[in-house]
Amino acid sequence: MENLFTRHRNLSVLAAVLFIQVFGLAVQVKRSNDPQQTRLIRVWAVATITPFEQAIVHTQGAVYGVWHNYLYLRGVRQENRDLKAQIELLRLEQARLNQDASQARRLQALLGFKEQSILQTMPAQVVGSSGSEQSRSLFLDKGADDGLKKNMAVITAEGVVGKILQTYPHTAQVLLINDQTSGLGAIVERLRLQGIVRGSPNGETMLEKVMADEEVQPGDKVITTGGDGIFPKGLPVGSIVKVSSSDLFLKIRLHPAADLSRLEEVLVITKLQDVAPASGEVAGSQRAVDILAARLPGVPEKPASKDAEINGASKAEDGKVGDPKVEDPKVSKSRPATSSEPKPTTDGKPTKATAPTPKPEAPNAEKPQPNETLASPRPAVGPQAKSPQVQQPRGQPMQVHPPQVQPTKSVKPAPLLKPAADQPANDRMQ
Amino acid sequence: MRLSQTSPEQVEVYRFPWLAAALIPALALFFQAFVPVQLPFLSIFDVPLLVTIFLGVTRRNPVTGLLTGCVIGLIQDSLTPHPLGVYGIAKTVVGFGASSLGVKLDVENAASRFLVTYGFYLLHQFLYFSVQRGLVGQALGWAWGHELFAGLVNAIAAVALFAVLDRFKQRN
Repeated sequence: MENLFTRHRNLSVLAAVLFIQVFGLAVQVKRSNDPQQTRLIRVWAVATITPFEQAIVHTQGAVYGVWHNYLYLRGVRQENRDLKAQIELLRLEQARLNQDASQARRLQALLGFKEQSILQTMPAQVVGSSGSEQSRSLFLDKGADDGLKKNMAVITAEGVVGKILQTYPHTAQVLLINDQTSGLGAIVERLRLQGIVRGSPNGETMLEKVMADEEVQPGDKVITTGGDGIFPKGLPVGSIVKVSSSDLFLKIRLHPAADLSRLEEVLVITKLQDVAPASGEVAGSQRAVDILAARLPGVPEKPASKDAEINGASKAEDGKVGDPKVEDPKVSKSRPATSSEPKPTTDGKPTKATAPTPKPEAPNAEKPQPNETLASPRPAVGPQAKSPQVQQPRGQPMQVHPPQVQPTKSVKPAPLLKPAADQPANDRMQ
Repeated sequence: MRLSQTSPEQVEVYRFPWLAAALIPALALFFQAFVPVQLPFLSIFDVPLLVTIFLGVTRRNPVTGLLTGCVIGLIQDSLTPHPLGVYGIAKTVVGFGASSLGVKLDVENAASRFLVTYGFYLLHQFLYFSVQRGLVGQALGWAWGHELFAGLVNAIAAVALFAVLDRFKQRN
């Protein structure tokens, strides 16, 4: 036996080393369900390599920062001006989106929807990779000591990156969505088709399990479903680049929204929360009714003769054009006839005496909405809209727009703005 | 080009200073883990594999070669999400094969280094996928075109890398 081992010493050592590794592999595969298991060799290897990576990345960042923040400042003034202009545009956009979001939240509340919102994120820097084409993973410069845990979602501003696979004290390993072992629930936004996003051997991002008879097209956006409990719903995953048909399912190649090959800084979602939108939730201090009233076109003048009899109802209609549901008996009963709106004369023209007295508004409402200047059909909101005579050119017939009457304001003068949740149900804009 | 079979007495056996023997694989692993983050297209190179092949064919000791491959492979495994031993097994076999081949063939010239590296790259990938599929149970896809191209790129890189690493070897 000893002679045999000596004669085939090399092969015997090879067989022994291979056997040990295969045995170790089998043990690991069998215990793969243990979430706490982290081999010591992994800790050692990661702890040996990542400090050097972190040192290089941070030094690189420092040099880059010094160069770009203190030395290379050419064109910064112009860039600053451009950015300020961009901020203005974005503010306009934000105001518009706030209105839409407020409306959407109310509708979600009505339907009893629950959504996951991102409560907290932690920025982290990418310091290394797995060093293998077959497994696409990254190392971050933050770890368990910074509060990162397994299965936390990793994103960028552009879209989904992956999830945390393993945490170490000062680093964390992220499995990218283009890894072959990855699996992310996704949905084609336009068609609402569900599928699974995973990587191909070449590192491409693929959308799988979409039936071959579906009409998916290049350019369609793919977003997260939120069903996996890791990623919130609606995060951009990518857009479809190529669709080819295989046997039963389509073969769909995606262009990831986040540039997975050039990641430098990422965000780890450290806290998610199931949120049921509050009923009548408002954006800022503006109520949905105010916003919608501002967006609706003016109501044509009514004949003076009818004014008295439909006084109360017309007030409600000012806020809810043509919507019979909005008539509030409380408003129609208690509202004074001409206290807050222009009263037309018999010839149908309003006079200055009947012009509405400016009412105090909430700070947000008083500010002219920037987007109104862009969206011409929308009447202006704010003091100017409340006193039409100020805007009247001389010699021209006065154009009276109905004031942005909010039914509850005339009933309850103070406080003028309050959360719509406190309002009667029929006061809320449907 | 000399690819003839030679007797063990005819081939030269080299050794490396301990610092070089430790630092070359360490730098290869560091390069593999760090550089692709900065330059993604470099991820096609498997520098630890190239170093395994180089140390194997240069030292021409099968046991040393397989142990070197085993250690490099296990460290590479520890940086990936998959179980330890996948790269370990593949590189152990490659280290053993490269050392055994180094005993029989002259692998000092560029052409033989190119061919040897190309062959061992494909063997390594085949073993990797076999272990992943057969032992770990992960159905990884095999892309022939990509593997052949990556083998070609690695073989070309090996010729240049081996020429640099030749400076560290010392005649035994």
